[in-house]
Amino acid sequence: MVVQALKDQGVDTVFGYPGGAVLPIYDEVFQQNDIRHILVRHEQGAVHAAEGYARATGKPGVVLVTSGPGATNAVTGLTDALMDSIPIVVLTGQVPTFMIGSDAFQEADTVGITRPCTKHNWLVKDTAELPDIIHQAFHVATAGRPGPVLVDIPKDVQFASAEYTPKTKAKTNHYQPRTKGDRDQITALVEALETAERPIFYTGGGVINSGNSASQLLRELVEATQFPITSTLMGLGAYPASGKNWLGMLGMHGLYEANLAMHDCDLMINIGARFDDRITGRLDAFSPNSRKAHIDIDPSSINKVIHVDIPIIGDIAHVLEDLLNIWKARGRKTNSAAVKSWWSQIEEWKKVRCLDFQPSKKTIKPQHALMRLEELTKHRKDRFICTEVGQHQMWAAQYLGFEDPNHWMTSGGLGTMGYGFPASIGVQMAHPEALVINVAGEASWLMNMQEMGTAVQYRLPVKQFILNNERLGMVRQWQELLHGERYSHSWSEALPDFVKLAEAFGAKGILCTDPNDLDDAIMEMLAYDGPVIFDCLVEKHENCFPMIPSGEPHNKMLLGEASTKDTIGSSGAVMV
Amino acid sequence: MSALKIKKGSSKHSAYNLRSNFGEESETHTLAVLVDNEAGVLARVIGLFSGRGYNIDSLTVAEVDHQGHLSRITIVTTGTPQVIEQIKAQLGRIVSVHEVHDLTVEGSSVERELALLKVDGKGEKRVEALRLADIFRANVVDSTLKSFVFQITGTPDKVDAFADLMRPLGLSEIARTGVAALSRGGTDPEE
Repeated sequence: MVVQALKDQGVDTVFGYPGGAVLPIYDEVFQQNDIRHILVRHEQGAVHAAEGYARATGKPGVVLVTSGPGATNAVTGLTDALMDSIPIVVLTGQVPTFMIGSDAFQEADTVGITRPCTKHNWLVKDTAELPDIIHQAFHVATAGRPGPVLVDIPKDVQFASAEYTPKTKAKTNHYQPRTKGDRDQITALVEALETAERPIFYTGGGVINSGNSASQLLRELVEATQFPITSTLMGLGAYPASGKNWLGMLGMHGLYEANLAMHDCDLMINIGARFDDRITGRLDAFSPNSRKAHIDIDPSSINKVIHVDIPIIGDIAHVLEDLLNIWKARGRKTNSAAVKSWWSQIEEWKKVRCLDFQPSKKTIKPQHALMRLEELTKHRKDRFICTEVGQHQMWAAQYLGFEDPNHWMTSGGLGTMGYGFPASIGVQMAHPEALVINVAGEASWLMNMQEMGTAVQYRLPVKQFILNNERLGMVRQWQELLHGERYSHSWSEALPDFVKLAEAFGAKGILCTDPNDLDDAIMEMLAYDGPVIFDCLVEKHENCFPMIPSGEPHNKMLLGEASTKDTIGSSGAVMV
Repeated sequence: MSALKIKKGSSKHSAYNLRSNFGEESETHTLAVLVDNEAGVLARVIGLFSGRGYNIDSLTVAEVDHQGHLSRITIVTTGTPQVIEQIKAQLGRIVSVHEVHDLTVEGSSVERELALLKVDGKGEKRVEALRLADIFRANVVDSTLKSFVFQITGTPDKVDAFADLMRPLGLSEIARTGVAALSRGGTDPEE
């Protein structure tokens, strides 16, 4: 019954881990060939892999785990997917209905525990309801603002049989979030576009979630208006990094020009972003002189932290389509003279070259490693990048260029260390021929390193590009800047030999310590047809800049060591 | 680190301490929420309030449409206008929630609460309690020689006032239902 419902939903891949309370479903999985089951090594890995799969395909990711610890291990992944609005359907086994509440073996109040970390969840008490609920679960996970859902299925409900409800007859009518934006509000935004002197598009993950057409429409809109565009961490790839209106990422570790443009603009058009605190910095000094428009499918995102003047509730693709049509019908006007001088101001900011860093001939600078990785892989249209969380994540966002949506998977809202490796497995499952690289830090990577077993078992050629500074780099950076250089527990003692570790799992390990060997080592990694752990020993005390210190507004950025002209030789200046 | 122009360890700001004070006054609003009558739905609503740090002044819930499996939750909550708007939007986002109405802003409404008050006393105090109950149109629903249980219905203010009067007369226990509310006038076009 469960497997039939999954097939009807077009599911081809399930990430899971069996256990006592979910064995009847596993028995069904065993007796069919349409759905591929990927055995992970930890339930958290299953959910992150499903997230990676979902983000790389736009389809919901599916997870199958057992009761009790199986469900509790999935909680981090569920919370991650909720924060980043990733559609995930998690099926959990549960002890039989007559044992619920008796503290049975491997019993946990799964729907209770996961209520705040799912978009919705269900405990199925009757087999007759099971197929209907699974169809509803897929509907809720994908409709409106996407998110994780969970269906808890007691073992006796799994064993019993009942009449199957086909997908078309499922009760999904009640939950129908609105997708069309209000026409008057869209017209108000068009009027603002026509007169704005210093406009900026500030886009987010909502554009990616809305689908490829949203990214296409966004590109068309930017091209037509010639306004500058910046994006959050989650939205990278919606507008191509090679596009001429691209300012780079904004926010705490965003680019100088992007943040200053946000601060000084007179019209901010937020498309599918949520004014996250990593973006806004100090709220009372956030872009003080601008009118703000906000397009979002979730009404609760509007006016949550920042008051907006033009709220538009709807699906990005629908709204952008209407917006373009209305703007064209009114004569394609912009205040092009003012926008031109706005651009010359932005060009001034760009001259600061905020991503410059002090290069080294002796040690590998992490920024340099990523620039080489970019140079050697950017020709691959099928390149997918995952990251863990920390300095390496911010450097990856700064130094790698993303040309297309759904090619960048990172844990944004929750900041989950250990996300990237299992996510890369999910991406590789979705795109077996693609180049999938997980840019990692050694500490994050170790959090879900058990998934090496999964990568090797399924011959997934995921490349684990570890920028190893033997530190919790971002924690260390904050301790340096904010806690008087007292490095409390932010170094990685007793690290494994990553090459031997790779070999122990039956994979390939590459160690690189010298900047001169870097290109060859990266080429060796790319050439190998199988999983690789690339242990890149980098500068241990490198800080991630630019940076908006917490509690400061956008125009008070720290530019870091490299920005002071005297510390950097003209020949050594590296520009991106 | 001299290039950074920031004294080491000088910032007291936490990244999480960024919320500006909007400086707006708190308001009390009565919300009517129509939800699926299913297991856990109340936990979803309450969990939203506790998880996001909103206040619940009063909450009542009961099934109102048996065939449609719908319950009506009436919540009285306090917050700045921005918080109230967030509460409504967040409630509307819950999959089990069908409708959210802010009775405080959607025209006028009637609010009623029922309370049971146990008043122990003898002699003059007992007579006085009975006299006041009559003025407030409270009914006696249980009586012994040394106590009354009064039932009173009315606005929360009226119940408060009655309870205040009963306190010196021997009020020993009180049970309140919380507020139930409906909009005035004909059928709400949205209902």
